[in-house]
Amino acid sequence: MTGAARTLGRRPGVAPKLAAVVQSRPDVEQLRERARLLAARVTDPEMPMLTLADLGVLRSVEVTEKRRVVVTITPTYMGCPAMATMRDDLLRVLQEGGLEATVRVSLSPAWSSDWITERGRRALAAHGLSAPGPAPARGGSVPLTLQPTVRRVRCPRCACDDVELTSEFGATACKALYRCTRCREPFEHVKEI
Amino acid sequence: MPEELDAIQAVADDLVHLRSHPAPSPVEEHGSVYDGLLGGDPSHWAFGTDFEDPLAGVDTAIPDGVDPRQLATYCLMLADDALVASQRLGQWCSRAPDLEEDIALSNMALDLLGQARLLLARAAAADPGVVPPLPAGSPVPPEDALAFFRPDGAFRNVRLVELDNGDFAVTTVKQLLLSSVRLAVFERLRDSRDHVLAAVAAKGVNELTYHRDYAARWFVTLAQGTPESRRRLDAAVAHVWPFFAELLLGEPVEVALAAAGVGVDPATVRDDVTAVLGQVLTAAGVEEPSPAPLAGGQGRRGRDGVHAEALSLLLAEMQVVARAHPMGQW
Repeated sequence: MTGAARTLGRRPGVAPKLAAVVQSRPDVEQLRERARLLAARVTDPEMPMLTLADLGVLRSVEVTEKRRVVVTITPTYMGCPAMATMRDDLLRVLQEGGLEATVRVSLSPAWSSDWITERGRRALAAHGLSAPGPAPARGGSVPLTLQPTVRRVRCPRCACDDVELTSEFGATACKALYRCTRCREPFEHVKEI
Repeated sequence: MPEELDAIQAVADDLVHLRSHPAPSPVEEHGSVYDGLLGGDPSHWAFGTDFEDPLAGVDTAIPDGVDPRQLATYCLMLADDALVASQRLGQWCSRAPDLEEDIALSNMALDLLGQARLLLARAAAADPGVVPPLPAGSPVPPEDALAFFRPDGAFRNVRLVELDNGDFAVTTVKQLLLSSVRLAVFERLRDSRDHVLAAVAAKGVNELTYHRDYAARWFVTLAQGTPESRRRLDAAVAHVWPFFAELLLGEPVEVALAAAGVGVDPATVRDDVTAVLGQVLTAAGVEEPSPAPLAGGQGRRGRDGVHAEALSLLLAEMQVVARAHPMGQW
């Protein structure tokens, strides 16, 4: 739970302006668009360089007949402890934009690292994290993999592709630990799932 | 000398009374870095003090033709396997052979805790009658009541998960057997008519794939490592394998819910699990053990609430704080 993530959306001056826009264009489609723009700004608490939208965790932003905004998010992993923070960050940003909202959690379909956008992948790389490759196809019986997972991973710092896996598990459930054999720097790789 | 001591004492006094950092001033425009910790937003803490409903927005309708009590019991079986295994893995925290394994074991504990939480919430939603009673006005949510206020005899987990961690080899063998069976069960549970079970299974498959690979690789590594690691692995196999058969026995509740298209009879995954374990044992050069299955008290087993003393001790530690504060806000 980084401070940077928590303070997002508290920029002074933005909220009143947005509230005025919502009031002046009250039809539902524009309300939805406004809510989408607002929700799309919220960042992930653990990886603040990524918005929830770029992470693929923000699934939908809809407006009910009673003009209430319903935002749906999905956890990356079931034990993800950041869900409550994501919810509160979304509610805060929408509220500061003058919108009352409800946040729902959707478990299905299960999140896939394929849902991380191109912009999200570039943001990860720019911050020293290696972006995931294509997620394995799921369905039917999952094959056992006795060899260490082979990934086409490049060092996000020096672009060297001679890297070694340190651990399949990192500081958060969604990351593996690698080390570059050239520049010797350790780095995190967002896992394919 | 006494003067010097006085001087040292004076410095020490000053240090004791010196604030390590200035307190944030409410009138200071930019505040301080500690402001965030003083705000009223509970989500800043790891899990917050205000637990949301973990099933908010999920369809919790009971599928047609399914007995709610049976569905709740089935969810408790799946949940308790995960909860107890999670607690055991959590006990490795700061004690693993190295930092990477420490983090890996904690990650798997967290995955299983997430599965347990949703499954316990599902059990409570299916049949509130399974939730232990708490004092009126208690803020404890149903899934916590099930985790922290049930006695050992009400836990439905298989006995394998409650076994002491032992050394790293014992934990590796336990994890291999549990994750192999659980992954095979969850692969099929993805097609459950119950929306919650199907969703938990779909996500769980992705998580358990990592758990099984992790345990299988370490199984091979320990078997093919040093004479000492081989000795420990062989001892762990002999110690843990007698608890394996219980994982593949279909209890009446599991069989009934499988017939209703909601659950999975673990007996039906036996061939898949045997094939996977065969690969691991072959790669490891370990002969398949064939121990006599563990006796159960008058035919009753972990799924019926018959457990070893190990579970009672584990629960005593896990539940003591929650039980002391049934009205507590966390």
